[in-house]
Amino acid sequence: MDFLIERLPLYLEGAWVTVQLTAGGLALAFVLAMFFGVLGTRPGWLPRAVATTYVEVFRGIAALVLMFWMAYALPILTGYQLDGRFAAILAVGLNVGAYGAEVVRGAINAVPRAQTEATIALDMTWFQRMRLVILPQAWAQMLPTFGNLSIELMKATAVSFLIGVADISAIAERMRQATGETVLAFSGALILYFLIAQVLIFGVRLLERRANRRLGRVPPGGKGILGLLRPPALTASGGAK
Amino acid sequence: MIWDFEWTFQVLPDLMRGLAVTVQATLLGYLIALVLGLVLAMVRRIPVLGAIVHGAMEFVRTTPLLVQLVFVFALAPSTVSALTVGIVVLGVHYSAYTAEVYRSGIEGVAKGQWEAARALSLPASRTWGAVVLPQAIRKVIPALGNYLIAMFKDTPLLLAITVVELLATARQVGSAGFRIVEAYTVVGFLFLLVSVPSAIIIRRLERRYAAV
Repeated sequence: MDFLIERLPLYLEGAWVTVQLTAGGLALAFVLAMFFGVLGTRPGWLPRAVATTYVEVFRGIAALVLMFWMAYALPILTGYQLDGRFAAILAVGLNVGAYGAEVVRGAINAVPRAQTEATIALDMTWFQRMRLVILPQAWAQMLPTFGNLSIELMKATAVSFLIGVADISAIAERMRQATGETVLAFSGALILYFLIAQVLIFGVRLLERRANRRLGRVPPGGKGILGLLRPPALTASGGAK
Repeated sequence: MIWDFEWTFQVLPDLMRGLAVTVQATLLGYLIALVLGLVLAMVRRIPVLGAIVHGAMEFVRTTPLLVQLVFVFALAPSTVSALTVGIVVLGVHYSAYTAEVYRSGIEGVAKGQWEAARALSLPASRTWGAVVLPQAIRKVIPALGNYLIAMFKDTPLLLAITVVELLATARQVGSAGFRIVEAYTVVGFLFLLVSVPSAIIIRRLERRYAAV
């Protein structure tokens, strides 16, 4: 135990890097998922083709391959060296954004058709329909899968240590080489990742409750504060990957 | 920067050998995930033991595979090959996911089926083997398939523990020939070459078996 307490500042430094990568990746993934997800529900073949291409390409390539490509191939092609952290954020963001786009598309399509028909009857513009009627309902449905995806993204950032970013994994590996205390060095890293994941899970559950309350629904798990402690739902389709 | 086609074709056999290792690790790891996941899903129904198993699964699922790989590899005796360690860790990691998939399938089996098995006083082995699992597994086949693709895309992580799979091969030949762009781009295409057709097959499966 002393071993870990002594080196806690180092670990926290690594954890801070991981948190930054996760936050950046989540922001990028969210924007991409929303944009390409909504694009995929537009009529006409062109927007749909663009959305499908993005999803299939970035879902099909492993985040690590993407990261290697950006860290090593891109500088040769463009002559511009990306910062390791930036390359990592881009890679995980593009990758998870592709999964998210499918979730957004599915959730929007799952909103009952009558809702769309009602907005047409009320002469709403497409933008009003999306903002006021469709997205608030789809949002509540997206959130549980988004929660799983955010954990996948956080885990994917660990890969960045292979391109030289000093995140939790890199700290653990350095610690192991310096001291030979394999079990302790890696237990510390695993526990930190586990804690960050718990924070993410808790945050998404809070968002879920708010989204459901706005729609006048009782959130899954009940109204009380205890509802937040219910075991996380994992969709059978494994939305995550 | 000009794309060197001649060089690309020259190293393609090497890369294909790397791809073969990747596919091998994926398939063997998937086999472990399929079997262990089912066992875990069944154990989770036992009162106290189930809760412990659930906690452990939760931990495995919320921590990065890469760290788990390096951790286990550092602890494994030197007689065990890196590839074996990789396959086992990959399989165990994904069994935490497949167990949840099986669980949702098992919970989807109508209560009346359990009651009927009990009324016929079938032994537990027949209840599971002949009544519950055939119905449960059928429904989760597409979801299980998704994890095969996910696993395939996670196998490049094995390069961190010195397994020479596709990405590691590309790193070797790419830096030896000073042709990094070609090497990594071809790897990207090879990944798409495998994962896009598999995604299409899974979509077909989804249409055939109703998803849960």
